[in-house]
Amino acid sequence: MSVMEFLREYDQSLLIALYEHLRLVGIALLIAAMIGIPLGIRIARRERIAGATLFLLSAIQTIPNIALFGLMIPILAMINRGIGPFPATVAMVLYALLPLTRNSYVAIREVPASALDAARGMGMTERQILLRVALPLAAPGIIAGVRIAAGMSIGVAAIAAYIGAGGLGLFIVRGIQTTWNMMTIAGAAGIALLALVVELLLGWAERALRPRGMRGEEIR
Amino acid sequence: MSDFTGYIAENIGMIGLRLAEHVGIVGLALAIAAPVGLLAGIALADERARGVRGAIFYILGLGQTVPSLAILALAVGVLGVGWVPATVALLLYAVIPIARNSYTGLRAVPEPAVDAARGMGMDRWGILRQVELPLAAPYIIAGLRTATVFAISAGALASLIGAGGLGDFIFTGIALYKPEAMLAGAIPTAMLALAADWGLGRIEKRMGRWRRTT
Repeated sequence: MSVMEFLREYDQSLLIALYEHLRLVGIALLIAAMIGIPLGIRIARRERIAGATLFLLSAIQTIPNIALFGLMIPILAMINRGIGPFPATVAMVLYALLPLTRNSYVAIREVPASALDAARGMGMTERQILLRVALPLAAPGIIAGVRIAAGMSIGVAAIAAYIGAGGLGLFIVRGIQTTWNMMTIAGAAGIALLALVVELLLGWAERALRPRGMRGEEIR
Repeated sequence: MSDFTGYIAENIGMIGLRLAEHVGIVGLALAIAAPVGLLAGIALADERARGVRGAIFYILGLGQTVPSLAILALAVGVLGVGWVPATVALLLYAVIPIARNSYTGLRAVPEPAVDAARGMGMDRWGILRQVELPLAAPYIIAGLRTATVFAISAGALASLIGAGGLGDFIFTGIALYKPEAMLAGAIPTAMLALAADWGLGRIEKRMGRWRRTT
């Protein structure tokens, strides 16, 4: 079967798998961002809590993904949610927390003290300083965290097919089971392409969000 | 809970065997990936590589977006099933962070240190061995640490292509919905990854400290 024939035969299921994959990654990223970004900002001024939090998050990330699924299924089975998109989403949120929290933390800490002083001297309240000075200056760093988290989640979602979460990983799973390389490559290429597109889009967002005064000077 | 302890007691020998397989595949892959990655990093850091550097890093970045599961599956297409394709897949995956970090570490070596060495009459090889590599060591170890965690993680998937390892318990557990089997595989895998990360992290830190005092 040629590549074109394969694509014609499976166009429907590929699109469905792509949609499932995107939904899985999207929901997990949204939840992780809602937790991780505020968390990173909150701990930026608290050295000790920051150390402990980042240590814990990086320990979670060290756990191999299929092992995390294996640990979580029995736990989530207690609330009858052991299989399917739910445990996959929980695992992906846990993995995505580290880059989101760490990048927000670093980005806020690297806001130049002079900018904060100037804002304070102009009579801004703490809230205004955060929203109008610190956050805009930290935005590119925070988006870089989102980019890393997105790339990772797209890969983890591939393995989630094994616990019944669907997505493009399903093509890889079926390809392995039937030793049909075309199927495996379709899944792998789809995921790699998706990761690439998301990476490009978020890289562009990262540059676009850089405040006007900071353009031109590259951030390392 | 008693299911779990009973299962562990019954299968303790098998868990040990799967653990040994896991460590074996990962260790072999890293033993090849480390020198290859280091050499690639040295080659990329060389001035003569300036023209091709961007393209190579682009390809390496692209390689990293391919999920480990896919690399394992594709290795089957080329090499069949068993521990050989698994090792090759893990090795391909592990080379990238090692090469990238070796390159970064070598580029971060302060120019004055290299100049001083040259002024002392060291040749290219001597500078690399006695100045650049020791100064880049913390970065190289950091790359090895990332690669090790990657390989342990991907090693758990190697079970799918008949390479054994602790993934056997996890996938059996998922297929038969046997939580005790899942845990019997997942807990040692997680502990192995955490232990390797911690151990290499200590070495990385020690080398960083040594670097500051010289």
